[in-house]
Amino acid sequence: MNTIEYFKERFDQWQPANGHNGFSAIRQEAFNAFSKLGIPTTKNEEWKYTRVAGLFNQEYQFPPDSLTASVTAIELDGLRLPGHEQANELVFVNGFFSFPLSVIRSADLTVLSLEDAAKNGFSELVEKQFGDSSKYIKDGIHALNTAFVHGGIFIHIKKGLVVEHPVYIYNITDARSANILAQPRSLIHINEHAHVQLVETYITLGPNQSFTNQVMEVTVEQDARLEYYKIQNDGAHTNQVSTTHIRQTGKSYVHTVTISLNGGLIRNNLNLVLDAKYCESHLYGLYFQTGQSHIDNHTVVDNIKPNCLSNELYKGIMNDQSTAVFNGKIFVRPQAQKTNAYQSNKNVLLSDTTSVNTKPQLEIFADDVKCTHGCTVGKLNEDGLFYLQSRGISEKTARMLLLRAYASDIMEHIKPASIRTYVERLIVDRLESDIS
Amino acid sequence: MKSEIFPVKSQDSGNGLSTIEKTVFSDYKYGFVTDIEADEAPMGLSEEVVRFISAKKREPEWMLEWRLKAYRHWLTMKEPGWANIRYPRINYQDIIFYSAPKQKINPKNLDEIDPELKKTFEKLGISLDEQKRLSGVAVDAVIDSVSIGTSFKSQLAELGIIFCSMSEAIREHPDLVKEYLSSVVPLTDNYFAALNSAVFSDGSFCYIPKGVRCPMELSTYFRINAENTGQFERTLIIAEAGSYVSYLEGCTAPMRDEHQLHAAVVELVALENAEIKYSTVQNWYPGDKQGKGGVYNFVTKRGICKGDHAKISWTQVETGSAITWKYPSVILKGDHSTGEFYSVAVTNNYQQADTGTKMMHLGKNTKSRIVSKGISAGFSNNSYRGLVHVSRNAKNARNFSQCDSLLLGDKCGAHTFPYIEVRNNSAVVEHEATTSKIGEDQIFYCNQRGIATETAVALIINGFAKEVMNHLPMEFAIEAQKLLAVSLEGSVG
Repeated sequence: MNTIEYFKERFDQWQPANGHNGFSAIRQEAFNAFSKLGIPTTKNEEWKYTRVAGLFNQEYQFPPDSLTASVTAIELDGLRLPGHEQANELVFVNGFFSFPLSVIRSADLTVLSLEDAAKNGFSELVEKQFGDSSKYIKDGIHALNTAFVHGGIFIHIKKGLVVEHPVYIYNITDARSANILAQPRSLIHINEHAHVQLVETYITLGPNQSFTNQVMEVTVEQDARLEYYKIQNDGAHTNQVSTTHIRQTGKSYVHTVTISLNGGLIRNNLNLVLDAKYCESHLYGLYFQTGQSHIDNHTVVDNIKPNCLSNELYKGIMNDQSTAVFNGKIFVRPQAQKTNAYQSNKNVLLSDTTSVNTKPQLEIFADDVKCTHGCTVGKLNEDGLFYLQSRGISEKTARMLLLRAYASDIMEHIKPASIRTYVERLIVDRLESDIS
Repeated sequence: MKSEIFPVKSQDSGNGLSTIEKTVFSDYKYGFVTDIEADEAPMGLSEEVVRFISAKKREPEWMLEWRLKAYRHWLTMKEPGWANIRYPRINYQDIIFYSAPKQKINPKNLDEIDPELKKTFEKLGISLDEQKRLSGVAVDAVIDSVSIGTSFKSQLAELGIIFCSMSEAIREHPDLVKEYLSSVVPLTDNYFAALNSAVFSDGSFCYIPKGVRCPMELSTYFRINAENTGQFERTLIIAEAGSYVSYLEGCTAPMRDEHQLHAAVVELVALENAEIKYSTVQNWYPGDKQGKGGVYNFVTKRGICKGDHAKISWTQVETGSAITWKYPSVILKGDHSTGEFYSVAVTNNYQQADTGTKMMHLGKNTKSRIVSKGISAGFSNNSYRGLVHVSRNAKNARNFSQCDSLLLGDKCGAHTFPYIEVRNNSAVVEHEATTSKIGEDQIFYCNQRGIATETAVALIINGFAKEVMNHLPMEFAIEAQKLLAVSLEGSVG
């Protein structure tokens, strides 16, 4: 049975039982798109360097029969991120949001299931904003998430609300008894003058394969502020395609940091749509890959309105047989005059068996703009190493120093202190074990 | 003296600036159709047409087989659609694939060639006699697919250099042709290369023997002439160990309403310590101001640094064609070999260009350098698409790429698609790109010193492109500067 037939069977079994909410038409449409497109192969330009189709040669348990979480709160305790005592914690298990496991500490924070949000009071917002990312990402994997949308959440940050506690989002996949395909979905609306910090992480339990196919769509309104941190530090048997789609509909500030330290195959789609004058966006990323892991960062910055600023910096450290892909697109539409868009991708290769494929891409249709992009691939600076060694610092320590300094360009943009310390610790430990 | 050599003949050079100013508002000057009887193949493409072309050129059996193989492969291929260009589908049955100017006898010297043809060259400003007398440039002029005059042949022959038309090379030097033809661009390489292999009518062949430094710039003038004729040239340049050659290619084409298809293949082979410098100025008819007409230029150009310490350098100035689609590439196979690519691409009105390069680093200690300057004006789209590939064994590879875009006006687009693939950690690869418009402060500075805005813009554009222009041979550089200004007419100021 091929992949499409496999999912068709699952879809047919599952669709009637869950068909009585506002999403059945959307799901059907998405499934039709998936049937047509299938899982992307390397012939698809957007997937040229990422072989995702092979991961679908095995069967995944999908979707789990019920929403009851197979993970207990006690098990969760060992997995929490530092600073969780002072955070709102939202937990997805196998792609389904779990209300019992989640802890909401900020009283005014609204978290509803997508289905409830569509019925109660937020129907207009959900209708308008759900599926916005499909305009930008038109591949089979993305359609697959939408085709099986269920158990997702809607987060609403109301007008003027400054969420004092950061929001931690755990995506837990319980692969203790079978291979699991998890497809979390969330829709976030940040209203005028609201501020929020989101921290997201991915954890797989058990030795079986997991595949997380996540879609998050965020709308940021006038004078709002979003900080988004993604920490990917899962096992080598875990794979994920993670789409974060952010539309800035008013003059607003968005700050994202993507840290990818471990995992089998990781594909991140990060879209920023600057759909209002004077928007400001910062995109930072650090990937540190070892073993056979594969990291693919696809970012899109779409400048629709004039006078926006975007700044993008992605840095990579590559070891062993790992491979990295970076594809950064900047679009400047004809009316987006006075755009300032900067993009940079830097890679350090520690072994001679790694590969890096990078494609910084600019598409510009307005003339009064300042756009630059740059990328470099190389090894550690020999002069720097020599300088440190000549002052009595061992080669290993010197390498560590240089790489920590290299990573700190990204680290310093992680604003919550407990998360920054935590990620720094992870990186130092990795450097300790990786550098000989 | 210089103005005699270059196609831009209607102006006296005077000082550079005033020339530009004069030409900025001029129309395409080279649109005229020379009335010469042509010997044409029937319209369309079939095995018979391939056989007809081969027979017409009195080719040996192996060459016909080679063409048929390419043709059969072409039939299995699909026209690629990945480039950032838009054009109506080409009907390959609507094109005459071969048209040769009728010649009763083979001219032994330049005096014997058709006077009509001679006039064409004079209009273009490259009168062969003039050139022969005034400059040291040997010209192998291609009018509609067949070489009609080759000069300085005897002087080159003394050094053992072979510079002749492709059809002659197939007859006279079959061993060299067999060894090297399609060794760099295989028959099956891409849709247009396969098409070219099946139907190419003529082109230039150049062989530089071991240790010889070619004493003059070799140059070919291509010109599309008869109506409805796609021109399919095939160029092959072989530089033996320790040799050097600089090759110039320049193009102008008559004004025509129907789109003309041009799918050439250029192959360069540089052996140990050899150096090939290949310069192009392309000024084909870009279509009128509404985007009607113009040449489709779908070209495969590739060189291989086969031996150690070999060097291949591509320099191009692309101002013409409705659509330009070409990626002069270098395969850096020999250790310590060097590849260079310098390009200025100008698009105006509704022109589209998708151009760039590929640098394939295979040998150790290989170096490459890419400097690409794109200028877009009017409603045009200008894309840079480049690949830098460093393979697993390419130790200490070094690449530097720079691509800058200049936008004149807010209806045009500039796109950059750089692909960088690194498989070796000793490689150092850098890429940088900027996009900007001409600064108001720069214009103001010039105005302040009494330089009119139009002149100032031309001055700034020339400065922007200078880094590339500097790599052109002197004669070409001056011509290219003029072309730059001509093709930006009306978009300036």
